[in-house]
Amino acid sequence: MKYLHLVWRNMLRRKFRTTMTLLSIFVSFLLFGILMVIRVAFSMGVEVAGVDRLMMTNKISIIQPLPISYLSRIQAVPNVTMVSHASWFGGIYQDPSTNVFEFAVEPETYLKMYPEFKLPPEQLKAWLADRQGFVAGRDLATRLGWKIGDRIPIKGTFNRPRGGDGTTWEFNLVGIYDGAKDVDKTQFLFRYDYLDETRTNGRGMTGWYLIKVADPAKSAETASSIDALFQNSSAETKTATEKAVAQSFANQVGDIGAIMTYVAAVVLFIILLIAANTMALSVRERTSELGAMKAMGFADSTLLALVLFESVTLTLIGGSLGLFMAWLFALQGDPTGGFLPVFALSGKDIVLGFVLAIVIGTLAGAIPAVAAMRLRITDALRRS
Amino acid sequence: MRFLRQALAVTAVSIRTIPQRLSSSLVAVVGITGVVVVFVAVLSIGEGFKAAMTNAGRSDRAIIMRSGADSEMSSGLAGEHVNIIKNAPGIMQGANATPLASSEMFVVIDVNRKATSTAANVPLRGVDATVLEVRPEVKIVEGKMFSFGTNEVIVGRAANRQFSKLNVGDLLHSGEISWQIVGVFEAKGSVAETEIWCDVKILQSNYRRGNSYQSVLVRLDSAASFDPFKDWLTSNPQIDVQVRRESEYLESQSRALTTLVRILGSIIAILMGIGAVFGAVLTMYAAVVTRTREIATLRALGFGSMPVLLSVMGESIFLALCGGVIGGALAFLIFNGYQTSTMNWQTFSQVAFAFAVTPALLVQGILYSLAMGLIGGIFPAFRAARLPISQALREL
Repeated sequence: MKYLHLVWRNMLRRKFRTTMTLLSIFVSFLLFGILMVIRVAFSMGVEVAGVDRLMMTNKISIIQPLPISYLSRIQAVPNVTMVSHASWFGGIYQDPSTNVFEFAVEPETYLKMYPEFKLPPEQLKAWLADRQGFVAGRDLATRLGWKIGDRIPIKGTFNRPRGGDGTTWEFNLVGIYDGAKDVDKTQFLFRYDYLDETRTNGRGMTGWYLIKVADPAKSAETASSIDALFQNSSAETKTATEKAVAQSFANQVGDIGAIMTYVAAVVLFIILLIAANTMALSVRERTSELGAMKAMGFADSTLLALVLFESVTLTLIGGSLGLFMAWLFALQGDPTGGFLPVFALSGKDIVLGFVLAIVIGTLAGAIPAVAAMRLRITDALRRS
Repeated sequence: MRFLRQALAVTAVSIRTIPQRLSSSLVAVVGITGVVVVFVAVLSIGEGFKAAMTNAGRSDRAIIMRSGADSEMSSGLAGEHVNIIKNAPGIMQGANATPLASSEMFVVIDVNRKATSTAANVPLRGVDATVLEVRPEVKIVEGKMFSFGTNEVIVGRAANRQFSKLNVGDLLHSGEISWQIVGVFEAKGSVAETEIWCDVKILQSNYRRGNSYQSVLVRLDSAASFDPFKDWLTSNPQIDVQVRRESEYLESQSRALTTLVRILGSIIAILMGIGAVFGAVLTMYAAVVTRTREIATLRALGFGSMPVLLSVMGESIFLALCGGVIGGALAFLIFNGYQTSTMNWQTFSQVAFAFAVTPALLVQGILYSLAMGLIGGIFPAFRAARLPISQALREL
């Protein structure tokens, strides 16, 4: 620690160069953070999927509905503790680009199924009392400026209501749910009984079932015994863990995660080159000085450590500022207007960022540091 | 003239002496190369997707859906309404004076992706007997066209390539239905190539849809027939439909994803560009420092400060251009034509497409590299130009 001052003075020696290097490290780590945010956003919740939740869809595809009568039969299967269901509504608020995704659910079981959605008890009570009531995620309500008590018209596309103009559905905002930063807070949840009693076609059907199991280790068995129930019926089913469903969904969206990781690798490689170049320049400049230090009796290992320390300090300062900015950026929320519901920098990626800053600092300093260590005093002094 | 000759001479010297500052110059070049590769590659995703979506779109074809529907997925048309639509004026007549209008149904079925062995939503389209006349770009390249009235299907080339067990002769099981694959078709690399096609009547009965459809695709006499055709349909009180040119409809379908790619791509490219500019500044700054003696000598010999400034800028732009050209070439070699598929959110179904590194993207990439070189060179260039001669010479 007694050399701290020396390292500090060395960094200040060429203020312009140090600033430029710090800025490029800063920008790179800012970018690294943003790329990791995008990667998580596109992973479609694979990392937060509950291990004890199963999802049952129509075997043909998720868009084919299932009879609501399946509910009681699933409940009777061993290891099943709770069953809920949801339907995609496909309505439009104002125009399609507002990206509002409505789901018809059974309020109580759905919220018990997803305890990560936090809804105040009095708002749940209001929801149960109002058939046209709906709850919105905090992010959705903020984005569209909705307040509790607002009456929201949604235009149905394939779901048409009886009465009125035959297309518009009316909903009352009775609650706003909240959740941790990695929870999707953009959903529009309304009551299934309102949907089913009001729509003109497709009655008695629902989109998919959500099933909670007591013992996650037996998920696979439970899933196959549920599917066996409906084999050879008019609507055969496919049951899988929520994680598997999220994974296959993410696969469908494509290898965004992989692309982001490659881009991040390119960015960090470039920053490594820039930092290494800076360190090489500054060590070369100091050749005679290093020779003098050696002549005064500084150990080779001390010089090695000093150069490495300077390099790691640079990348750590730039890196932590960059990661901090990326964190602030993620706090602003999804910049695409509703496409990426989960938009946050995870703690894991922050730690990874710091580790990478240290690794890059060490690698960038390695060659100049070894050169400084190997320097022969006579050469070094003669060169000036 | 003398000014220009001086500038060229000094620039030539700086570029010729780059090998003496190789490692630092390489850093700038590699940095800018990386930025251009990423910039071009990310934007080529959007271009490729857009090309796949809009390639086959024609302005003399129109798609009719229920009003308010934003895609075929959310549309629905009753059989009697489809009959009215088929009698609208302006539709091209085929053999036996049948209107060239294909009434279609669009659903998705689960088929495993080859790459991940997980289920993906592959579109299954029920089509009318006139479909090959309505879409003349469709060519059967393997096997044969399916026979109407049977469970036979044909699959698009991209679907055949991306998803498992979609070869001629395979049986495709979907729920309780089995489809017999009898052919593979191509459609100019468009989105249709990700689809599976069958007889719409068979699809209706298999899905218990009665006599209902989701869309009608019609071929018009000419692109100019569109307006009267549209007016006739939208003013008909018996039906409640929207009529759009196929080219416009497909364009609107691709907009969401291309916009998303463009936003994310720009954020990434701009930030990377800023990082690379700092790298370039460092490189040029180091170059000016190592050439202090040379620059001071030139100035003492009577070279003006402007030619010196231009020479530093020239070197910086030259290095950036190298990075831009190498980056563009790498992006083209690695990514152009790379096959992948993604989700079309409007129809909730898969679209296979190839990354498209277009000439316009390459030009943009190179322009971007020039901009980075320009910005990176400016400050070091001013420093070089302002170098006090006597002091610089004394320093040595």
